[in-house]
Amino acid sequence: MTASTLSRPRHLLDFQGWSRERLTALLDNADTMGQVLDRPVKKVPALQGLTVCTAFFENSTRTRVSFELAARRMSADVVSFAAGASSLSKGESLRDTVEVLTAYKVDAYVVRHHAAGAAHLVARYSGKPVINAGDGRRAHPTQALLDAYTVRQEFGTLEGLTVAIIGDVRHSRVARSNAELLPRLGARVVLCGPATLLPPDLARLPGVTLTTDPREAVRGAHAVMALRLQQERMDAGYLASLQEYADTYQVNERLMAEAESGAIALHPGPMNRDLEISSDTADGPRSRIVRQVENGQAVRMSVLYHLLVGRE
Amino acid sequence: MTQLTITNIKRPGSDQLESVTVENGVIQGWNLGEVGEVIDGRGGTVAPALIELHAHLREPGQTEKEDLASGLAAAAAGGYGTVVSMPNTSPVVDDPAIVQALIERADGLGLARLKPAAALTKGQQGEQLAELTYLKEAGAVMFTDDGRTNENARVLRLGLEYARSLGMVVSVHAEDASLRADGVMNEGPVSEELGLPGNPAAAEAARVARDLEIVAQTGARLHVQHLSTARALDLVREAKGRGLPVTCEVCPHHLTLTDEALRSFDAIYKVAPPLRTQADADHLLEGLLDGTVDCLATDHAPHTRAEKERDLLSAPSGIAYIEIAFPLMWTRFGERLGLEKLLDLMTAAPARVMGWPEPTLEEGAPADLVVLNLETEREVNPAEFRSKAKFTPWAGETLKGWPTLTVVGGKVAFRREG
Repeated sequence: MTASTLSRPRHLLDFQGWSRERLTALLDNADTMGQVLDRPVKKVPALQGLTVCTAFFENSTRTRVSFELAARRMSADVVSFAAGASSLSKGESLRDTVEVLTAYKVDAYVVRHHAAGAAHLVARYSGKPVINAGDGRRAHPTQALLDAYTVRQEFGTLEGLTVAIIGDVRHSRVARSNAELLPRLGARVVLCGPATLLPPDLARLPGVTLTTDPREAVRGAHAVMALRLQQERMDAGYLASLQEYADTYQVNERLMAEAESGAIALHPGPMNRDLEISSDTADGPRSRIVRQVENGQAVRMSVLYHLLVGRE
Repeated sequence: MTQLTITNIKRPGSDQLESVTVENGVIQGWNLGEVGEVIDGRGGTVAPALIELHAHLREPGQTEKEDLASGLAAAAAGGYGTVVSMPNTSPVVDDPAIVQALIERADGLGLARLKPAAALTKGQQGEQLAELTYLKEAGAVMFTDDGRTNENARVLRLGLEYARSLGMVVSVHAEDASLRADGVMNEGPVSEELGLPGNPAAAEAARVARDLEIVAQTGARLHVQHLSTARALDLVREAKGRGLPVTCEVCPHHLTLTDEALRSFDAIYKVAPPLRTQADADHLLEGLLDGTVDCLATDHAPHTRAEKERDLLSAPSGIAYIEIAFPLMWTRFGERLGLEKLLDLMTAAPARVMGWPEPTLEEGAPADLVVLNLETEREVNPAEFRSKAKFTPWAGETLKGWPTLTVVGGKVAFRREG
């Protein structure tokens, strides 16, 4: 066993413990996985005999399908656990649930939960590799990886690039994970949103700046990501009106015109069309939103491979 | 009534080994020889038993978390002779019959002495005053809606005026619920990094500022519970400078832990008010040293293990550690505070807050005593806790200053062998 094997992170809960080299290798490996997806038979035996459990304590169709397909394309057995609206979604028996699943000889978990830190708890209780598929506001690392991968695919590198992320930063695990990941790979991140949705403490993250001015945010940006706005934010008093928000913060062609000339538009989905992003931009030539979804599967295959292959 | 003599003990500040004899619940005298039952204090330091102004004993209604027997046994093991219990039980302690029942039940246990606090408002709903006169007559020693936050300022004002006429202390959980919102930890860089909803320091300071203005208006006695922020402490300091009749407490967990602990995502660290920053903790310690903080209290808040194994959003707030409060404080801050000051903060000072006679070791004083082993180190083992909450942030930590004997009303309430 080599030193690098020993230091290999056991989980992908966030990017703590993940070096730049390892993250780059993971993205490089996604290229190979993408080639598998282009073949007539989209399946390799890499995870044969292993069982991956997608434990979704919070509803999500897209992320779950993406993970399950990724695991199946690598020949893993997949078992899904959906707590949905039951008492489990309150986390009451998170430990019991995980211990039962682990007793069924699950080899790895993909976890989504409404509470930040829940994936960490699953890792603690199960002792198995855990991939965080989104925990509260905390992290959604595979989304950030596929975002980084998509930008890198466009520009060949992330070094020296600027990515503007616009919208409800406060409640966004996508924004937090991107703000953690992209600077490690050499890009600068500008977080932008109305002051009520832009926690000033995030400015302490290395490589991250904040602004409430969307024009300032996109100036010099190579990629502009719109974040999903949950409409209940208005009822909670964070916004005066959705109209005012859209008029000020919508990622549209007018705003994109102020970014770098080859800038691309991103969105983690699902979109509120013509609220946080205009249909023109979402469907236009700068959009890489469909590409993000495609890349998601390859990136998740790469993550599963990285965490599970070669382990005891 | 039998006599009891504790031999081989030292009084604080002395190296001389002495013995104390107690009879009929009072200290009969010093160095009277081996009279009655004899317990060897093994060189420990004797002090008046500790007084806890803020404990949740969960009876009635939540006895899966704690009950009088387990909670008062835990208190005795921690060296406490007197415990003020909080009224946010199920049902709420807003009825004189409940107060009486609690006292009667506790009296029969032979553990720490129970002094129940009663709700300030009916059902702790913050809208209509409880029957404060009857509650006092039944034995309630303090009024508080702790667990709730007195959102209606006018009702708090009326409660303070009423309590003043009864010569009673009102204590408050000073936290603006609307500013706290859904916060589960201190708002700041750590909460933002962890993606957990934050509870800003301003939630405490704003509420303390409001309540102090009401004190200034009414002249009534207010006790601010579990201060956690530097700013709120400064507000209390300023109010004391103006001569307002306000007292406050801090909890050892706010002195010894910070919001960094939440990086573990372990709900054991979820408390209300939340763990703050190191700067806040340092400021609170300064407040202890300069006298702004009147006393220490633990806010002993037991929960079941299953509840604390939930995620941070859904787990309840509170930790329970009344059994190790003195050793924790002595080990961490003994050098800075000194024994005399620390004992004062946990014995005489709470008595002063309540307007009770200050406990002493003098002949004729009530025989509520604790013997502390200030030197021997011992590991915190939650499995040995008398509390039903057998988990703690300090599990496995080596502490010194463990109580070895607690005497309440002249009777042994706790004794640690070995």
